[in-house]
Amino acid sequence: MELSQITFDLPLFYFLILGFAIFMYVLLDGFDLGIGILFPWFESKAEKDHLMRSISHVWDGNETWLIFGGVILFAAFPAAYAALTSTFYLPIMIMLFALIFRGVAFEYRFKSDRSKPWWDFAFSTGSTVAAFCQGMILGAVVQGIPAGVNIAEASMASSWIWVTPFSVMTGFAVMTGYALLAAGYLYMKSRDALQIKAAKYGRRLLVALLFFMMAVSIWTVIDQVEIRQRWLSGLNFLWLSPLPILSILLACVAWQRFDTRNADSDLHEKHVHENWPFWCAAGLFLLGFAGLLVGLFPYLIPRQMTLWSAAAPDSSLQFLMFGIVIFLPLICAYTLWGYRVFSGKIEDYQEGY
Amino acid sequence: MEFDATMLSRIQFAFTVSFHIIFPSITIGLATLIAIWEGLWLKTNNPYYLQLAKFWIKPFAITFGTGVVSGIVLSYEFGTNFSRFSEITGPILGPLMAYEVLTAFFLEAGFLGVMLFGWQRVSAKMHYTATLVVAIGTWISSFWIIAANSWMHTPAGYEIVDGIFHVSSWFEVIFNPSMPYRLGHMLLATMITACFVVAGISAYYLLKKQHTVFAKKGLSMTMWFALVLTPLQAFVGDLHGLNVGQYQPIKLAAMEGIWPAWEESVPLLLFALPDMEAEKNNAEIGIPKLGSLILTHSFDGGVQGLKSVPPEDRPNVPLVFWSFRVMVAIGMGMIFIALFALVLRRKDRLYENKWFLGLTVSFTPMGVIAVLAGWYVVETGRQPWVVQGLLRTSDVASLLPPERVLFSLIMFVIIYSLLLGVYLYFMGKLIRKGPPKMEQLEQQLIGMKAPGYALAWVKNLIHEEKKRGE
Repeated sequence: MELSQITFDLPLFYFLILGFAIFMYVLLDGFDLGIGILFPWFESKAEKDHLMRSISHVWDGNETWLIFGGVILFAAFPAAYAALTSTFYLPIMIMLFALIFRGVAFEYRFKSDRSKPWWDFAFSTGSTVAAFCQGMILGAVVQGIPAGVNIAEASMASSWIWVTPFSVMTGFAVMTGYALLAAGYLYMKSRDALQIKAAKYGRRLLVALLFFMMAVSIWTVIDQVEIRQRWLSGLNFLWLSPLPILSILLACVAWQRFDTRNADSDLHEKHVHENWPFWCAAGLFLLGFAGLLVGLFPYLIPRQMTLWSAAAPDSSLQFLMFGIVIFLPLICAYTLWGYRVFSGKIEDYQEGY
Repeated sequence: MEFDATMLSRIQFAFTVSFHIIFPSITIGLATLIAIWEGLWLKTNNPYYLQLAKFWIKPFAITFGTGVVSGIVLSYEFGTNFSRFSEITGPILGPLMAYEVLTAFFLEAGFLGVMLFGWQRVSAKMHYTATLVVAIGTWISSFWIIAANSWMHTPAGYEIVDGIFHVSSWFEVIFNPSMPYRLGHMLLATMITACFVVAGISAYYLLKKQHTVFAKKGLSMTMWFALVLTPLQAFVGDLHGLNVGQYQPIKLAAMEGIWPAWEESVPLLLFALPDMEAEKNNAEIGIPKLGSLILTHSFDGGVQGLKSVPPEDRPNVPLVFWSFRVMVAIGMGMIFIALFALVLRRKDRLYENKWFLGLTVSFTPMGVIAVLAGWYVVETGRQPWVVQGLLRTSDVASLLPPERVLFSLIMFVIIYSLLLGVYLYFMGKLIRKGPPKMEQLEQQLIGMKAPGYALAWVKNLIHEEKKRGE
């Protein structure tokens, strides 16, 4: 393929935008779903209040990235949107149900008295189930629609097409990853006992996530012929080796910066390094995501549908491109501003409204 | 009616979209009212405006939140339940919805955090900007979704290539023939809905003799708005009706219960029981010739009737006919209340007349009911088409095993019933609690000067100082 062809490849542009949307979603809603996953491990009401308040001003914006990912798939790759959503009907529905419960918990928990334990339950279970479903959908997409099932009839296939040992594992992997992001976020946004607790959980989750990343990688390489060829043929492994090496490096840095010592020891030094674990976790996600793309590209549905065969006509792609080029940077700017307004520790957050 | 997967998908979509529309139809107008109050507070320094804004922001928050979670469902349901529809119309509807997300959803969500939780973290002006941006975001959102929906009623600017819709002119797609009327009608509806919610609760406080100063302000303002907006809505609705007559005559025939293939001197039916089998109305009560006058603006204007198309191309007539009457009746009731308020105001009895206050309380949910009824007219009136004249609803649903759709439908019914119950319970709780006290408001305002990050830095410093001191 010549360079000029690549520069004007609109479907490729949208593939990258879709990737960006998914990554932003995983990063941003990842840490706030993760807060819900970690919720049961913080027992006192005060801790739960802090956890909830730390994300109540951002969850809505974070979830918007899920809608954005959905509509980009719909607008740019309608055929893939149609096939994927109808084939994975059940996990998507269960994810949506779970997101409803955890979403409304934000509004009602602070206004409730007797029903508070129910909202705690709705928030933590909803977050956990949503994260698990997302992980399972990811695993199911990587495995693709089984050979022998026609893509046009995949939605009529067994209700349990998405439940495989592999997708169950990716479900747990994504859950662990989200919880790690949340631990990093909490570590950055809290102080004293809460911060130390976040660091302790963060370290354990780091180990678990590394295990899952390794297991998923080895499993796909054994299981998926195409991915194996891409990783292991010729010198490819050499070019791709920075992905696993950097992952291990980032994990080591995050481990070290998760300071579990008592905060009194050296306040100032600690303050400087507080953001590191979160950004290392984000880096781990980015590397994992890159590894995934290396395996899947250029397929939206492995072996069946490429980004070019699923793409909408140019008239649609061109029209939307202007909007993306103009508005996406603006969105990033005011999202950043929003986080800046609420910078500082959650212990200082006031009650809202 | 056969309960196959297609029928179940249609029921599920109708159910989920009906549930969803309840919430935006309140929040679009309410966001605008809150922005108006906050702006008036900044301009006049009258604390009662701030009290109005700070009270109504709470119902706004829970309404908005419920709207968000029920809205996410819809953005995936196009694909899960109507995969063939999304594949065929994706190149047209996809970009419109993507623009909605890019220009509205992110804007609303990005500034909502500051609007709800940022009172002490940004300056008063910045906070007002956030409120204003959220309100504008809700309007932009309506623009795109109405454009997409209107295109399904009056498709334009498209060509069909290999069974897929391609766009030949985006301008014609967005500003399709019914779009301006539908947008105007819907935005007015949301403003009126919010006005009657606020008026109803204010009237309730006045009846109970609680928070009277606050309630008088709310009732008086919204009744002024209603006086202008409700007659305007009748006018826009009439224009919209003419547009329907031009582009979707069968829908109009169902709305008015007109059976003959062509009828001149159409009566205005106040009551009728349309019988689809017999192709006629039973128990008609009507005013002669008034129908023609309204539909064609002439006493003998002819109108195309239902029998001009075969039965399989007709919508469910009783449903369209009665939904339309419910909407119009509520609209008339609202015009009456607005005029009643004007008369009472001139006699200085607006805040005391028990009949008026009681009637206004009973109209608290009427805006929402009218919006729902109106959407039933629009959407069921278009059937059996999903894209008017081009695509049948029965041809575009996903191929799914019925039990799978039945499962999700049952879950939606359970979850949404729960959600509605909880929503009403907490609304009741907020209303019983009443507006924030004046002293409380003043205290909250003290910390409103410094920007968030500066404040956070200072607080952290204080915390560290304390630790060192120990």
